[in-house]
Amino acid sequence: MGWTRKDLLTMRDLDASEIVLLVDTAASLQEIASREIKKVPALRGKTIVNLFYEPSTRTRTSFEIAGKWLSADVVNFSSGGSSTSKGERFIDTARNIAAMSPDVVVVRHSSAGAAELLARALPCSIVNAGDGGHEHPTQALLDLLTIREKKGHFDGLHVAIIGDIAHSRVARSNIHGMRKLGMTVTVAGPPTLIPPFVQELGAKVSYRLEEAIGDVDVIMMLRLQQERMTAGLIPSLREYARYWGLTLDKLARHARPDTLIMHPGPVNRGVELAPEVADGPYSVILDQVARGVAVRMGVLLLLAGRKGGDGA
Amino acid sequence: MGSPAPRYREKAQVLDETALDRALTRIAHEILERNGGAKDLAFVGLRTRGVSLAHRLAAKIAQIDGTTLPVGTLDITLYRDDLGMRGTPVIRGTDIPFSIKDKTVIVVDDVLFTGRTIRAALDAIIDLGRPTAIQLACLVDRGHRELPIRPDYVGKNLPTSRREIVAVRMREHDGEDRVVIEEPEET
Repeated sequence: MGWTRKDLLTMRDLDASEIVLLVDTAASLQEIASREIKKVPALRGKTIVNLFYEPSTRTRTSFEIAGKWLSADVVNFSSGGSSTSKGERFIDTARNIAAMSPDVVVVRHSSAGAAELLARALPCSIVNAGDGGHEHPTQALLDLLTIREKKGHFDGLHVAIIGDIAHSRVARSNIHGMRKLGMTVTVAGPPTLIPPFVQELGAKVSYRLEEAIGDVDVIMMLRLQQERMTAGLIPSLREYARYWGLTLDKLARHARPDTLIMHPGPVNRGVELAPEVADGPYSVILDQVARGVAVRMGVLLLLAGRKGGDGA
Repeated sequence: MGSPAPRYREKAQVLDETALDRALTRIAHEILERNGGAKDLAFVGLRTRGVSLAHRLAAKIAQIDGTTLPVGTLDITLYRDDLGMRGTPVIRGTDIPFSIKDKTVIVVDDVLFTGRTIRAALDAIIDLGRPTAIQLACLVDRGHRELPIRPDYVGKNLPTSRREIVAVRMREHDGEDRVVIEEPEET
């Protein structure tokens, strides 16, 4: 038992014990956030490069804070204002960055498989911070940590993931993780936004919000990813909000009173989530963000601290 | 996993239950004597058995002096100087629910050996605030220091060879109170 992987690319690769190790490590690191001096020397002398080809607020900031709290040197690269605008290829940029000997490269890219491509090409550890519609493992891990803190355990929990499943790497990573931990997952959304693969992953499918949110422990609302929608998959935002938006009224009539409301952010207020729900008592959206830093500290620590790693 | 871990067998018992208890009673008295009472003292135990020892010392001081001292738990994994050399770092968390500012912090560990754990603990504690002083209590001092660190309170000084292990067993974790020396089997 222990962490032996060079990279963290997908939830699909991990087994249940690795997921629990990551969540446990993150849980123990949370205490650092409440310290007066938020810095521990664990990754002193390590270099972490954030290589972000897509816009990001939460993920990039939280990787940066996580690295800095662990005393690593963190360098941020974003595609705007870099040689990418001069036409340099992704893999060439990555090789050039690798030539500067970073210990960990955190990558976000709009193409599925970008992180794996780097993991094969580069000797340093790679963390997938979102690759297209494929996976976003650290988001799933922080969701799992939030769920365990609020519910106390994973056993037998039922989670409804609602909305734009087709474009959601968050949904995919969460379904893999939750199924491995023995949780039940129901996905729900308009048929055009439910991809065929979800049943193969062991998730149940529903086409009615009211049905999907009844008797579940967690409701995870997804962002309607308008930037990834090329075809007319939904008739209009108004119609989507009416049928698939979570409101106080729908919650009161169909869901259990102790159901957690989660959202990976950024929230389209008034589309998938009514503002009163997003800011309501069972919303744990900001808890998710806070736990994001702990999860990313845990990931960086396990990757850089593994035996025979670059730190040896 | 590399070469198979050597098996160890018990070579000698160093402290039995009564002797362990007496050592802690003596240390508790020494702490009170050295600090002129229990005012502004706090215990920080190092995971895992240092925490149990710290709770027991606090209970002794409560008996002797009537003062209940705070006890915190410190995990020094993030402060080790050998990250990446020992396999997966296991973080079990630090829990010090009181301010150490202007307190005399007594660090409690089971076995004092190279001193590297204590070096890490000193850094970890100072990152949490500025104590008036830090003192060190250990149940066994087995020698072989690699750093200029010395304990203030010692249960037992025990000359050992580097290949031996000093195992502190405590009721809370191991079902018995005992300290033994173990040596590798293949001799």
